[in-house]
Amino acid sequence: MIEVQAQDLFCERDARVLFEALSFHAKSGEIWQVVGPNGAGKTTLLRILAGLFQFYEGKVYWHGVSASEASPLLFLGHKAGVREELTAQENLQWLAALHGQPQDAIPQALEAVGLRGYETVAVADMSAGQKRRVALARLWLPDTKVWILDEPFTALDVDGVTLIEQHLKTFAQQGGLVIYTSHHKVDAQCQQVRLGTFKESST
Amino acid sequence: MSLLRACLQREWWVNIRRPSELINAWFFFVVVVSLFPLAIAPREETLMSMASGVLWVAALLAVLLSIESLFREDHDSGILEQLLMARHEMIFVVLAKLLVHWLLIGLPLVLVSPVLAYMLQLPPKVLPAVLYSLALGTPSLVIIGAIGAALTVGLQRGGVLLALLILPLYVPVLIFGAGAIQGAMTGDDIGGVLAILGAILALALSVGPWAIVQGLKISTGD
Repeated sequence: MIEVQAQDLFCERDARVLFEALSFHAKSGEIWQVVGPNGAGKTTLLRILAGLFQFYEGKVYWHGVSASEASPLLFLGHKAGVREELTAQENLQWLAALHGQPQDAIPQALEAVGLRGYETVAVADMSAGQKRRVALARLWLPDTKVWILDEPFTALDVDGVTLIEQHLKTFAQQGGLVIYTSHHKVDAQCQQVRLGTFKESST
Repeated sequence: MSLLRACLQREWWVNIRRPSELINAWFFFVVVVSLFPLAIAPREETLMSMASGVLWVAALLAVLLSIESLFREDHDSGILEQLLMARHEMIFVVLAKLLVHWLLIGLPLVLVSPVLAYMLQLPPKVLPAVLYSLALGTPSLVIIGAIGAALTVGLQRGGVLLALLILPLYVPVLIFGAGAIQGAMTGDDIGGVLAILGAILALALSVGPWAIVQGLKISTGD
């Protein structure tokens, strides 16, 4: 059981308060959607949760994640994390090695996102949607328990969106925790963090 | 260990498939050195007296030129974020990057230097000094440069800042590197100078990779 607890988060960027007194408590088996207008700090919140951004006040507690484990957290940022010079397979091989995931799951993952037959094509020669699919193929690699996804549906076609939606739901049913930003609601029961209206800082 | 191998393989492919930056650095080194005999009267004694400096300054600038882009693409494509998420393994990735960068930029400079030394009228007895000093010095240049590149990768135009940051640290390498060639020309024993270059390399190797990891953490976590 993994839990993440955010307590009284406060973050300010360029003299503008992104969010203050933000608290929520997410557990395994849940899907959390972070909603808010453009520039509301959705990406910043995800980066804070992933431990990639330090300039905030308040506390983020992770329970049930031990430091010795091969990182059970999967962060998929706005930037896909794939190199254009490499093929889909090479990108995944390296990412799997980096995160300590088994290499033999890669062909299956590529097939799941519909990239079978594209294993040896350089990512630079792919369409925007296919590039996104290469990054999303990581969701089919085993040994992750929490997914933090920044706009996972960008550039995907309708089939792709349905595919990822289904996969997120399955993952949550199997005890995974999903936190994502999108204007797209995956599931009627999914929880929401609302980031809202901007305020002028007093400084 | 398999991670180190995966990293080496990846670095190799990434660099080989975008050869323009490699060619840039090689070309820069060769062209700068070979323009000197043309611009300055090709008199043996004039060329010989500046050869060590020309070779070393050109090598230093070629490395500096290539080092700026060392982490650029990885930063822009979000790879650095992935590295931070797997923070225990980051050192392997950095070591692989340094090794491959030196093999593709530093080593070719070392290998081509005897030809350029000949062009600068250096006597054959000096060639070992040229090879040894560059072989010991360029890895230090790569590692020190990478520290600066890691710190400036988050900036839009970090080129000038990078040069300001690392040029002072390059000075000792430059002085002892060029000094080794000078010493060999006057017939001195250059063992001591090469030992100092080796010591600088040992220091850079033992401290550099960790400094690079910290630099990348600072640049990415903003």
